[in-house]
Amino acid sequence: MGLFSKKNKEALNTPLFKENPVTVQVLGICSALAVTSKLEPAIVMGLSVTIIVAMANVIISLIRNTIPMRIRIIVQLVVVAALVTLVSEVLKAFAYDVSVQLSVYIGLIITNCILMGRLEAFAMQNKPWPSFLDGIGNGVGYAMILVIVAFFRELFGSGTLLNYPVLEKIGMYEIGYLNNGLMLMTPAAFILIACIVWYQRAKDKSLQE
Amino acid sequence: MEHFISLLVRSVFVDNMVFAFFLGMCSYLAVSKSVKTAVGLGFAVIFVQVITLPVNYLLQTKVLAADGILGVDLTFLAFILFIAVIAGIVQLVEMIVERFAPALYNQLGIFLPLIAVNCAIMGGSLFMQQRIGLPADNSQAITCFGDSIAFAIGSGLGWMIAIVLFAAIREKMEYCNIPKPLRGLGIAFITVGLMAMAFMCFSGIKM
Repeated sequence: MGLFSKKNKEALNTPLFKENPVTVQVLGICSALAVTSKLEPAIVMGLSVTIIVAMANVIISLIRNTIPMRIRIIVQLVVVAALVTLVSEVLKAFAYDVSVQLSVYIGLIITNCILMGRLEAFAMQNKPWPSFLDGIGNGVGYAMILVIVAFFRELFGSGTLLNYPVLEKIGMYEIGYLNNGLMLMTPAAFILIACIVWYQRAKDKSLQE
Repeated sequence: MEHFISLLVRSVFVDNMVFAFFLGMCSYLAVSKSVKTAVGLGFAVIFVQVITLPVNYLLQTKVLAADGILGVDLTFLAFILFIAVIAGIVQLVEMIVERFAPALYNQLGIFLPLIAVNCAIMGGSLFMQQRIGLPADNSQAITCFGDSIAFAIGSGLGWMIAIVLFAAIREKMEYCNIPKPLRGLGIAFITVGLMAMAFMCFSGIKM
């Protein structure tokens, strides 16, 4: 068993597209929608979740044989909550503006279903290294959707990307474009995710219901 | 009293957990295939919310805050303690319901553990923590124990209304001829998007 055997590669690759946590497994939607009105918080959120899922997967996988089955959920929650507290304090110290924008949603990573889903479904049965890869794969799969949604919402909603005025520079306002305020509100996030799901299922017929 | 009602109405319609903050989406999408189960889950959420949120309010103001009984600012521990309180109470409620109301347990049973990780519950507690510091004339401010109960009822009820309406629409959609790739999750998201637009009409309400 090499570090990147076929099985390990699968653990890393499948969550990116075929088993994407957001569009296929329908996990972690709450934060995926809430932090995406700008690109920057979406990237920070994606990174935080990736780190936390990977770390939590490793920790739970290391202690998986010592956790009593009946209280495993609480053990998992405490591990996750401790990691989230760490990330939240780091963000407050080094990226205060972003942590204000993310507001309660950083804390809500604790109840993000991706975490509990992966811990239950993967880390409880697998060794630390595959669990780590599985965590990275799921985190990146999640971050990818966040970035795609945030890209469109920020571009059409405020005309900027990472606060750089893209539409102004390429002269869209001169030919009469107006910022679409709806893009910054909640309904646009739902509909954009719907479009991603639509596209993915049109491409991959095996996902259709 | 006025603030109590205003906070209640506001958290049901304007600050709706689903349509304004996207909270509790996972179970919202997964358990909304029939109105009956949606009502069951809705009640379970209100129930757990009304118990956990005031408890967390007391924990936050009396223990964790700098002027609490310990005299030390421990708010950085809030995440761990809130989730522990929620998980503990859910476990307790599950055991009590199983013992004294087996019929209810059979209906709610599968949902109760789900609710421990429902973001609407944790989100409610985190929003409460954020709103304690707001000035008292702000209609979102939570200034006393009563307010935290109003917010708990309101946010739970808002979530329940959202899931019951959505389940009703989904039941009707069973008979629609939807393009294949959109079936299931795709059309569900578009429906929620349209419902969120409809709920935006409430945003001007002031009591």
